[in-house]
Amino acid sequence: MRAIYKRELRSYFTSMTGYVFVAALVFFTGIYFMAYNIYNGYPRFSYALMSLMTILMFTIPILTMRSMAEDRRARTDQLLLTAPVSLSSVVMGKYLAMVTVFLVPVALAAFCPLIIAANGQAYLKSDYAALLAFFLMGCVFLAIGMFLSALTESQIIAAVGTFAVLLILFLWDSLTGFLPDKLGDALSVFSFTGVFQNFAQYDVFDVSGLILYLSMAFLFVFLTVQALQKRRWN
Amino acid sequence: MIEVRDLVKRYGGHTAVDHLSFTVPDGQIFGFLGPNGAGKSTTMNLMTGYLGPTEGDVSVDGHSIQKEPGRVKQSIGYLPEIPPLYPDMGVEEYLAFAAELKKVPKRERRDQTDQVMEMTGLFPVRERLIRNLSKGYKQRVGLAQALLGSPKVLILDEPTVGLDPKQIIEIRSLIRSLAKDHTVILSSHILSEIQEMCDHLLIIHHGRKVAAGSPAELERELAGDSSLEVTVKGDAAKALSLLGALPGVMSVEARPCPEEGAAAFRLKQSPDCDARESLFQACAGAGLPILELRRDRMTLEDIFLRLTSDDALSPAPADDGPDTENPGGSPKAAPSDGPREEDED
Repeated sequence: MRAIYKRELRSYFTSMTGYVFVAALVFFTGIYFMAYNIYNGYPRFSYALMSLMTILMFTIPILTMRSMAEDRRARTDQLLLTAPVSLSSVVMGKYLAMVTVFLVPVALAAFCPLIIAANGQAYLKSDYAALLAFFLMGCVFLAIGMFLSALTESQIIAAVGTFAVLLILFLWDSLTGFLPDKLGDALSVFSFTGVFQNFAQYDVFDVSGLILYLSMAFLFVFLTVQALQKRRWN
Repeated sequence: MIEVRDLVKRYGGHTAVDHLSFTVPDGQIFGFLGPNGAGKSTTMNLMTGYLGPTEGDVSVDGHSIQKEPGRVKQSIGYLPEIPPLYPDMGVEEYLAFAAELKKVPKRERRDQTDQVMEMTGLFPVRERLIRNLSKGYKQRVGLAQALLGSPKVLILDEPTVGLDPKQIIEIRSLIRSLAKDHTVILSSHILSEIQEMCDHLLIIHHGRKVAAGSPAELERELAGDSSLEVTVKGDAAKALSLLGALPGVMSVEARPCPEEGAAAFRLKQSPDCDARESLFQACAGAGLPILELRRDRMTLEDIFLRLTSDDALSPAPADDGPDTENPGGSPKAAPSDGPREEDED
């Protein structure tokens, strides 16, 4: 797992993908931070994070599209799958590498509340709780993107598919509103953005939401392993 | 020892590997021979655990790849048809990654990567990006990768494809030297290569075993009767009657002869009978000088072509073979048009 993790991480930063991803997120973090917090003097960074959520929808697919699809296209999966490592550690190595790349812009964003605090009243606890929720939500999206990448050989299909799924997840609350009451209520449990809003907008430390994030990330990592396994046996 | 038992791989309705069984003893160079699409690569992918079999099992030294994948995979080095390389990595960097992936202990990694680079002649390009290497060097990097972790078994899928003649000779001699302490299984559709390198070979077609044995054995068993081509100087009619009377000769037919005052014949002799000596004596006695005498045996190439051409499939000379492929003809006619085709080359 370590070997794959190290290789993937290095490849994100030798192939521009990692830089593009980090740069895009950092750039928009800066824009929103400047617009809301610096320029308009709003003391909560979580507000900027809420707007940053839409940027995730565009940037996550950049990171996840090649994770599995490229290995399959270039047949390098033959090296990974015939090596004495288990399928789940191959997938975990790749997943953790993506999480690590995602951690870079999140870590940079962690300075923003401190900048606010240096200039006056800040709400550090609620801001960092929101940042944690933001990070975990990103981890769920990464797992979804990785799963979709495992289903195809084409990075383009993986990217477009991931974007479509993320778009649906962003619109989830409005979409479930159209459904009959009971079904809509049942499905609204899976509102990933709703959990994040609880943190960022309503200052609620939503433990059940965090459990939802963790279990969904786990589920999609698991499904990725299953998708690869199925390909061996098709 | 590698044991393949009753291996089957189906893709939907298509059967890529069909009840294949064989055993490879330690230290052998074992060759897979078959036309493109015969199931060579699929079999190798099944043996290395890249694919899961629909039925059957593969075991190395008694350990099943299904039950103990980690252990078995550690004892196999695999070079797939397309070398599994990351183009954005340097050669040495890639080999270090592969060594770690194959669980080579940290303190041995450096020595092992140096050693395999030495063996495959990669030192001059160790710093280069794989993306920028020629096909031949990429193939060598793939081979170097397979050698890491000193696996007992090397499985090489068409190791010489795309190389220039000099590189082919180098790779062949490398494989031969590797056979001293590895069991090597290689596939090819180039017959001379297999014939030259392998101790034992297996011909597969449509995922089924059609013949197996050492190259010499196969030639002996499957070549069938041999024929002689002879050109003698002198009267054609006299020569014809003389040759027809020789012991062991089943038939004589005249062939066109470009030379003035000479006659050419093709003799069919019965199996396990060599008429050459008596032919010489008889011709010398009758005053017909032999200008040319050639034994025309079926080569491994002929055997291969015969076994793998589709119409020759039903009367497979090997142990198995479905017998339901005589379209239209009455079932009684089947035995009479037996496995031997009349030669028409």
